[in-house]
Amino acid sequence: MRRWTPYWLALPAWLWLAIFLVVPIAAMASVSLTTGNLIDGFTQTFSVSNYSDAIAKYSTQLVRSLVYGGVATVIMLVLGYPVAYWIAFKAGHRKSMFLFLLLLPFFVSFVLRTISWGFLLADDGILFGTLKGWGVLPQDFHVLATTVAVIGGLVYNFLPFMILPIYVALERVDPRVIEASYDLYASRLSTFRRVVLPLSLPGVFAGVLMTFVPATADPINAQVLGGTSNTMIGNIVQTEYLVNNDYPTASAISFTLMAVLLIGIFIYARALGTENVLEAAAR
Amino acid sequence: MNNPLLRGLTQSRYSRRDALRFAGYSAAGLALAACGVQGQKAAAPSPSAVADFWSTRKKNGRVVFANWPEYMPEDQAPLKQFQQATGISYEYKEVIQENAEFFGKSEPQLRAGQPLGYDIIVMTNGLQLGKMIQLGYLTALDHKQLPNFAANAGASYKNPAYDPNNTYTIPYQAGVTGIAYNTKYVDEDITSIQSLFDKKYEGKVGMMADAQEVGNFGMFAVGIDPDKSTQADWEKAAAKLKEQRDQGIVRKYYAQDYIDAVAKGDVWLSQAWSGDVFQRQLAGEPVKFVVPQEGGTIWIDNMAIPKGAANPVDALMLMDFLYKPEIAAELTSYIQYVTPVNGVQQILAGKSDDDSKALAESPLIFPTEADYAKLRPYRTLTNAEEPVYNGLFQTITQG
Repeated sequence: MRRWTPYWLALPAWLWLAIFLVVPIAAMASVSLTTGNLIDGFTQTFSVSNYSDAIAKYSTQLVRSLVYGGVATVIMLVLGYPVAYWIAFKAGHRKSMFLFLLLLPFFVSFVLRTISWGFLLADDGILFGTLKGWGVLPQDFHVLATTVAVIGGLVYNFLPFMILPIYVALERVDPRVIEASYDLYASRLSTFRRVVLPLSLPGVFAGVLMTFVPATADPINAQVLGGTSNTMIGNIVQTEYLVNNDYPTASAISFTLMAVLLIGIFIYARALGTENVLEAAAR
Repeated sequence: MNNPLLRGLTQSRYSRRDALRFAGYSAAGLALAACGVQGQKAAAPSPSAVADFWSTRKKNGRVVFANWPEYMPEDQAPLKQFQQATGISYEYKEVIQENAEFFGKSEPQLRAGQPLGYDIIVMTNGLQLGKMIQLGYLTALDHKQLPNFAANAGASYKNPAYDPNNTYTIPYQAGVTGIAYNTKYVDEDITSIQSLFDKKYEGKVGMMADAQEVGNFGMFAVGIDPDKSTQADWEKAAAKLKEQRDQGIVRKYYAQDYIDAVAKGDVWLSQAWSGDVFQRQLAGEPVKFVVPQEGGTIWIDNMAIPKGAANPVDALMLMDFLYKPEIAAELTSYIQYVTPVNGVQQILAGKSDDDSKALAESPLIFPTEADYAKLRPYRTLTNAEEPVYNGLFQTITQG
């Protein structure tokens, strides 16, 4: 009996996983292999061609989403690491205030925040309208409805999810280790490169994971800030599901995206040194 | 790798682990093999079945009305008058933003036989309304309880092609898709649809993301009547629209947000819905609306009672109440779309304020016969045509 106790204790977690992860994923896998239409119903035909058809039709948007997600993630890393570093080591007793300021915009809903960027960046809006008035910018200058706007929106919306994990990792670095590094005649740069940076890698890994995945799948930024050639794969899933009611295609694209992201993450984890990072990230 | 998890996985100590794994695999297998999504195609109910249904329903004293934003005066006066006249309390919810989105979200609930929690919903005569009817998700109306509709509905709003004999729906408002332009930037009078394809407005043209709206305008541009179009016509229209896109003329394919873009000057001219533009004009913004000489689209937003609605009799009473001309006039003076109710024009013309008089004279709120001749309804697509049509135009709007 006692051998089973841990399993009983873990039962709620098992049920939670089963109901909210396993069942939906299995149902989605099932639907992705069906054929038919909404009116006549979808029947299970194990039609693997749903996948090849969907990939053939939407490869442009899939690749575009991975590129946008990737570029946005790199920008977030470049912007976010110094911020996290500064808050962790230099902000002193104001740390919590800066963290709060970082999160403050997130008390407003995601969509509203994105729409307000549309307002700020309007061609003749308060920013560009003024600059154009001063003759600083050419009259036909615009940012909205371009790739820059979409990637910028992704960076803005997901940046805290990059900063926070890196901050947590840096915060945990033992100051005595840094002191020891200086005692051993390391310069500031090599202390950072050989001590602080490696110790913060789990945070970087977690940050990349938490930003790359949602940024790649996000439909809102492309819809609100994008133009005619910025459609992302999340928009396609939305259209296939809600507008075309083509549940098999929508499920097949979702699965393909999930698979591509998982493969990408595993390659990335390997490159960073899996065991350390995964264990540390899970801590 | 000396990770406890990996150690656990690689050593076969626990047979119960295998049992769990086996259970997991078989559940996944069963789920995969399980049937997909059942079809719900429903035949129209017989008149006697409809009569039976309504004979067992009674007035409950409450009604829940689900509608689009800005589709009811802010003080909800028409609904308050309904409450006073009938003693039925109402709940008014602005929950419908888009036909496709609303249908997509409601469909699983309706399929499972669960009530939506709304007694009246409003949907445009497009693909989704057609699906609601075909799938049997709407309650057939009892026209014996709709005397105002019978007496006051305009001739062109009775017995529409998308719902013969108004079996399931009666119109709430109608509207026109035309062109809106910002007079601060556009200094000519726009009259033709070709302006939307003019190189001179490169990057300043907005088109709609909806496949039917954008497809219709593509067809007008190449001289085809959408209502009578064939697949070859759609391909011609799609080629025209693709050219427009590839030349960089289109800035973006918009949903509801096009009107903000026109008002702010992000686009100078755009496909637009009539009422949106009038509301902006009242707010003093420099926007104009025109039905292009090649043609525009007329669409109808319809009231319907979803399957499983808790208060169908109260819903019918409210739907009929909105067909009283004086109530419809109140709606029109706020919403500024085309009313399906006869007599509203005379009521507005007889009012003393200038706004009402202006409305009564507007050809876009009260189109003349000649105007109606320029306006085309949405093409009703069959289930086989729909994916072809959507595929053609979505590759342009979502490229």
